[in-house]
Parts: sequence; C-alpha cells; structure tokens
Amino acid sequence: MTPWTYFRDHQSDVLHWTWTTVWLAAVPLFIGLIIALPLGWLASRYRWTYAPVVTTAGLAYTIPSLVLFLVLPGLIGTQILAPINVAIALTVYTVALLVRVVADGLASVSSTTLSAASAMGYTNRQRLFAVQLPIAVPVIGAGLRVAAVSNVSLVSVASLLGVAQLGTLFTDGSQLNLLAPIVLGMIMIIVLALLFDVVILLGIRLLTPWQRAVRQR
Amino acid sequence: MSALANDNGLNLDQVGVWLNDPANWWGPTGLLVHLREHIYYTLIAVVIAILIALPLGLWVGHTGRGVLGVAGLANGLRAVPALGFVVLLVIWLSPKIHAQPTIPGLVPDGAFQYFVPVEIVLIVLAIPPILTSTYAGVQNVDPAVRDAAEGMGMTGGQVVRQVELPIALPLVMSGIRSATLQVIATATIAAYAPFLGGLGRLIIDGTQTINDPHSGYPAMVSAGIVVALLAVAADLLLVGLERLIVSRGVSERFSRRAGRPAPEVELAQA
Repeated sequence: MTPWTYFRDHQSDVLHWTWTTVWLAAVPLFIGLIIALPLGWLASRYRWTYAPVVTTAGLAYTIPSLVLFLVLPGLIGTQILAPINVAIALTVYTVALLVRVVADGLASVSSTTLSAASAMGYTNRQRLFAVQLPIAVPVIGAGLRVAAVSNVSLVSVASLLGVAQLGTLFTDGSQLNLLAPIVLGMIMIIVLALLFDVVILLGIRLLTPWQRAVRQR
Repeated sequence: MSALANDNGLNLDQVGVWLNDPANWWGPTGLLVHLREHIYYTLIAVVIAILIALPLGLWVGHTGRGVLGVAGLANGLRAVPALGFVVLLVIWLSPKIHAQPTIPGLVPDGAFQYFVPVEIVLIVLAIPPILTSTYAGVQNVDPAVRDAAEGMGMTGGQVVRQVELPIALPLVMSGIRSATLQVIATATIAAYAPFLGGLGRLIIDGTQTINDPHSGYPAMVSAGIVVALLAVAADLLLVGLERLIVSRGVSERFSRRAGRPAPEVELAQA
C-alpha cells in the first residue's frame, strides 16, 4: 500500500484531520502574536522588565509539549481529548518564543531613526506604530516562521493523548504496523509547515515594501 | 486544593497523593528508575550529536563551505514531526534489528530493537541546533581577530581551536542547550515505542488507564512534572557550565575589583 492509496481510502478522515491541524496551528500563532506584541514592547520599553519577561518565557519554553497537553485538563477542567488544550499549550509556546523576538526587534531599531521620527513631530505612539513596529517586521516575521513550523509539528504530539488530527496517521500506522499512513502523515505535515512558511513570507513582503524599493535602486 | 477538582474526573489533588507514596518513587517501575533512563537516553543522544555537529559546524564556519546546505537542512528538519519520525523508524527499522542485548538500567529486555531507532531520532534532531549555532558563532568572529591570529603565524587548525572556538563558545553552548531541551522532550514522546523506558513510559502507559488512581492521570502528570523539572535543571546546569568554560574576555564578566575596562563609547549607527 502506498501513501497515496491510503489517502484515497481514508480521504474524508485525512482531510478532516488536515483542517484540524491547520486550525490548531494557526489560531495559537495569531493569538500568540497578539499577546506577545504588548509584552515584547513592555520588555523593550522598560529595561528592568526585560530579564523577568524573557526568563519566564524561556522557562515556559522548556516544558515539553506532551506535559503541557497533559496538565492543562487538570488545571482548567477540560476533557483530556479536547483540542482546546492543544490550542492553549501552543499559544503559550508561541508567546514564549515571540516575546523575546518582539522585544529584540523593537530594541534593534536605530536610535537615529527614532530621533528623526520624533523630530518630524511623531508622538511616541505614532512613532511606535508607524516607524518602530514596521522596521521590526522582518525580525518578528522570522520568529513567527519558526513558531509556525514548530506549531504544525507539535500538534501531531497530541495524537498520543487521542486528539484527532494529522498525527493520528502516526498512531494508526503504528497500531496497524503500516508504513503508508506514517509516510502520508509526514508528507502532509511537512507540506503544511511549508505552506505556513510561504504565507508568512508573503505577509512580511507585503508589510515591508521599502525593502524591495531599496533593492531595486 | 479541592478547588482544583474538576468534573472531568481529572484532578491534580491526586497528584500530590501519588507523589507522596514512596513506592511510586523508589519502586522498580518508579519515577527514579525512569528518570535515570531518561537522563541516560538524553546524554547518549546529546554527546553523540555534539561529536558530529561541533567539528562539522567549526569546519563549515571556518571554510564557509556548505553554509547554504547546512542552513537548509536545519530548517527542513525543524518541520519534521518528531513523533512521526519515531514511529516511522520503529516500524521500518526495528524488525531489521535482531541483536537483543540487554543493558542494565538503560535497555530493558527486548527493547534494543526500539532503543536504536529512538536514539537515531534523538541524535538527528539534536544535530541542527548545535550545527547552526556553531557555524554562526564562528562566522560571527571579527575578521580582524582572525587576520591577527593568522598574522601571528597560527595554522588553520590553531585558529579554529584557539581563536574561533573560544569566541564562538557562547553561541555553541546555546545550541547545545536547545538541543538538550529538544532531546528531553522528544525522549518523552519516544516512549510510544514499546518496551522502552524513560519518563514517557508512565505518560504513554497512563493513557490506557487514565482514570486509574494508581497508573492513570496522577502518574502521568507526576512524570510530566519530573520531565519539566529535568528540562529546567539541565538548562540551568548548562548555563552554569557555560559560565565556567567561556573565557571572561569573551563574556566580559569581570569582577568589579579587577577593574572593568571602560565600555567603548557607542558610535551612532550610521
């Protein structure tokens, strides 16, 4: 049996699992970014907050995903099979990874540029949103790419606890002693990770038109 | 702690009860036995990964050859799901391994054919972080420093060992730290392979009997907590090691009394 025939025989299951994986990887990425932006700004704006924020984030990142998937039901009272555990755990990882990136990205904007913006009459808030944040987009985007790829592959770990998504192809293959579903799952997950990567790259490109303008000169 | 009681039948109160029973720590299938196995699996994988990735990273960084290949490989490997990799190798490789040695405290009876594929996965996943941070560290070395070393008559090998490696060491260590965290986490998942030990054994086996007060949820969470503590402890240990082995000239940690050199006046970025 080839991965392709396995896909044809289980098409509706696999497509359903693919959607679940997409959601479980994408939603935490989005929410994580929303949470990490103000936290990262705080850490870059007030220097004394940098060390505690980044250390806490680093600590959260050391918790293995399986452990977090496992502890969350006990903490918040969800069912062990509930996909929400996976979404919350991946949000934690996304925030942990991005906080540092956002803080470093905002801090890396040159002080000359910031002074120029202030001299042109930008208020602090305008300067943050119109100058500092856009200039930090490539750095934040690079962090987002790492988070996206690792989210997609971490979702599959949840199949060990029975949450149905593409990782279920691995546990099914193991129980049936079949290579086809395992290879299919690997291909689907890697392709999905690449798609996430391409989408984020396009987003970065759209948000940083000046990079192309400079290159064309 | 009763506030933590949940209607899903999974509550964390029982975890304390479970952890308070010495048999769950010291027993033949207790936490400590599994912790020791987990540490051994991790050590073997990280040491072998360092032996492969460190020289290769130094070579790539020093010669500048193969940088694109190494970066692409590292990025590609990040997308590979660890669980899929473990299951794939266990189904494909394990039946081909017929040797059945038993290594006390490391490989239980009948587990060798699963031990090998799992270690391969752990090593392969540990290589990219060490490799990329090593070559990045070497490439970050100020070219003037390298020129000076060569001007003093150092050979290529001497430059690598006495100049590039010491300067790149902080980055190399951060690569080893992320590799170690990765291996500790993946070794938990790897218990999905039958017979194998490690703290993941308690978690994976617990999923079959999740409502059992002895082997179910409390045992799983307890093992999970120990994994998380192991990860934090390993990370702190490596940070401490980094402080010991990184030259103070590189880390710029000077005692105040020794007279810290005046920080360079930062030039405005042009």
